[in-house]
Amino acid sequence: MNEKYAHITREGLWNNNVVFAQMLALCPTLAVTSSATNGLGMGLATTAVLLLSNVIVSSVRHLVSPEVRIPVYIVLIATLVTLVDMSLNAWAHELYKVLGLFIALIVVNCAILGRAEAFASKNNMLDSALDGLMMGLGFTASLVVIGGVREVLGSGTLFANAHLLLGPAFAFLEITIVPDYKGFLLMILPPGGFLVVGLLLAAKRVLDQRRAERAEIAAVTAS
Amino acid sequence: MNLEQLRGKLVYQGLLLGGAALLTSAALAFASRATVPEIRAAEAADLKQSLTQVLSGEYDNDLLKDTLELPDVNESGANEKVTVYRARRAGKVEAVVYRVVGKGYAGSIVCVMGVSREGKILGVRVIKHAETPGLGDKIEPAKSDWIHSFEGRWLGDPVADKWAVKKDGGVYDQFAGATITPRGVVKAVKGGLEFFEANKAQLLDDVSARGVQP
Repeated sequence: MNEKYAHITREGLWNNNVVFAQMLALCPTLAVTSSATNGLGMGLATTAVLLLSNVIVSSVRHLVSPEVRIPVYIVLIATLVTLVDMSLNAWAHELYKVLGLFIALIVVNCAILGRAEAFASKNNMLDSALDGLMMGLGFTASLVVIGGVREVLGSGTLFANAHLLLGPAFAFLEITIVPDYKGFLLMILPPGGFLVVGLLLAAKRVLDQRRAERAEIAAVTAS
Repeated sequence: MNLEQLRGKLVYQGLLLGGAALLTSAALAFASRATVPEIRAAEAADLKQSLTQVLSGEYDNDLLKDTLELPDVNESGANEKVTVYRARRAGKVEAVVYRVVGKGYAGSIVCVMGVSREGKILGVRVIKHAETPGLGDKIEPAKSDWIHSFEGRWLGDPVADKWAVKKDGGVYDQFAGATITPRGVVKAVKGGLEFFEANKAQLLDDVSARGVQP
């Protein structure tokens, strides 16, 4: 049983990472990762929606006919996103002013429909909740890394404006890496997103390949 | 009949879709009712905050309640209403605040500007724009203090044809790599001052306004 949970966790965080393995949700990824803070905000909001949508889809999976499942899931996800949007706007307005733009974008994040379809509609509620959480955290981590690389290269800071997102207590996260940096505009603009995603993807492939080779050698020497 | 067979029936599928739509819209309607008052209050607070940024000096009325709708002919020729917020002290209009919209490199640049009774600019702030980060976004006060260069100016200082960026023979700085953005803002602010001059009588007409807003 524990083995299964560990598997779900590994899949979500690394092996089947939303951005770097499934290559889903690239549109919001490229759009918002001009800084690490933006990436973190988008990642957390997406994780919340992903967790809720996985739980709900999994709980109604026996009732939904396969023929009409897609419209039912889409209506569910769109409703969840709108609910999150409205409650943040009403009860966490300062946070909403930072995240507002991203929240509507979550609807077009195909990773959420993808997890509903590929996992939550076939597994029980607990597994689906864990899958949603881990996929969400994997997505968040990817966005923070992409945003961090673009921010350091593009404006010489890391986690700028983090206090707007997380509260004044997190102001210590805001680091100026290169003082008096003139800026490398390309990295902040959309092409920078493509470049960084491409390079990070290549790096992940290299790491995975090395690991596979080592495992193969170990298997050969063992036998 | 078990659930498996039931799920294959067309009627069940239709009812399921209808039920899902009904439940989700009910949830949305309920959430909307629950959140609307808070959202309105938060937006009013935001608006008030952006209005007070471009006002200096003291006033004693509720800005958001003392408004005036005036027609304004904008660039595209469309006749639009401009909402003017008035700041008073002891009933006398001391300053007015309104929105002006400029044409930037990437769409509209929405600004609010505060103008004193004498027609001098108290302050200008950009509240919404989509200009290039790193180039055109120097119109934000957080990035550079360019936007403060309007303060204290009026239509006679600089004279009308100097109300432009330096590249066009005016007095305002442009940014390296971005001329269209400051040009749009300067033009919008100048238009805002002309709007003030054209509607001065109505804007500062204390007596008629007091009838509406005691």
